[in-house]
Amino acid sequence: MSLRSTLALALLGWVAAALPARAELAVGDTFPTLDAFHLDGVAPETTGRVTLVDFWASWCSPCKDSFPAYAQLHRELAPKGLLIVGVSVDDNAARYAAFVKSLAPPFTVVRDERHDLVERVRVEAMPTCFLLDRSGRVRYVHHGFHGAESARAFQQEIETLLAEPAPHP
Amino acid sequence: MNLRRLPLALALAVLATAAFTGCTSTKLVRVQPWQRATLADYTMRPDRDPLATTMSEHIYFSREAASGGRGVGGSGCGCN
Repeated sequence: MSLRSTLALALLGWVAAALPARAELAVGDTFPTLDAFHLDGVAPETTGRVTLVDFWASWCSPCKDSFPAYAQLHRELAPKGLLIVGVSVDDNAARYAAFVKSLAPPFTVVRDERHDLVERVRVEAMPTCFLLDRSGRVRYVHHGFHGAESARAFQQEIETLLAEPAPHP
Repeated sequence: MNLRRLPLALALAVLATAAFTGCTSTKLVRVQPWQRATLADYTMRPDRDPLATTMSEHIYFSREAASGGRGVGGSGCGCN
């Protein structure tokens, strides 16, 4: 084998290695069942419900800003069928508990202590929010939290999803 | 093609691939967004010591006639 062939083989391997790792869950994908992962806290049943799954951490400032907006959405839209689940990726259980105690969210929060779920979903930023329709498919993905602009977008998209008919069993 | 040199060439190719892989694999070099708690810690802020910041500012001002423009918001969590 000539030097040129050797280099070509090495280049091929290099290109293969440079291919991107598994990407984030995208619009149209089915969101994994929360029960399948080891979460600190009780994961609610999401089947047949419009669900907002938010990945957050106590060390992330925009996550802190987003909680009042989610609380408002919960108050307005939970009676119409919206379910909000905040999934913390905190390593530190004490900081997670202090954050939850200080903000007292009215919606469900759990902690992905082993990072099983977040590694499956592979979020690209903190916070990342997935809006799921009643069949459990990802319909919208939001990276970061941008104040009133994000809150308005959430409201509009959730109302669209709530207006859709439930899937046939 | 000289077939006697094939094993050596293959070994070289594998070695080169392994070496280059370390430079290119995003999985190896990238701290994932959910792993940035340490980077987001207060101690990672370059301006956490007001006295040191003042002294640095003074040096830039007196030696380089430069002032301001050094601040960046937040620490290393990369949020937003």
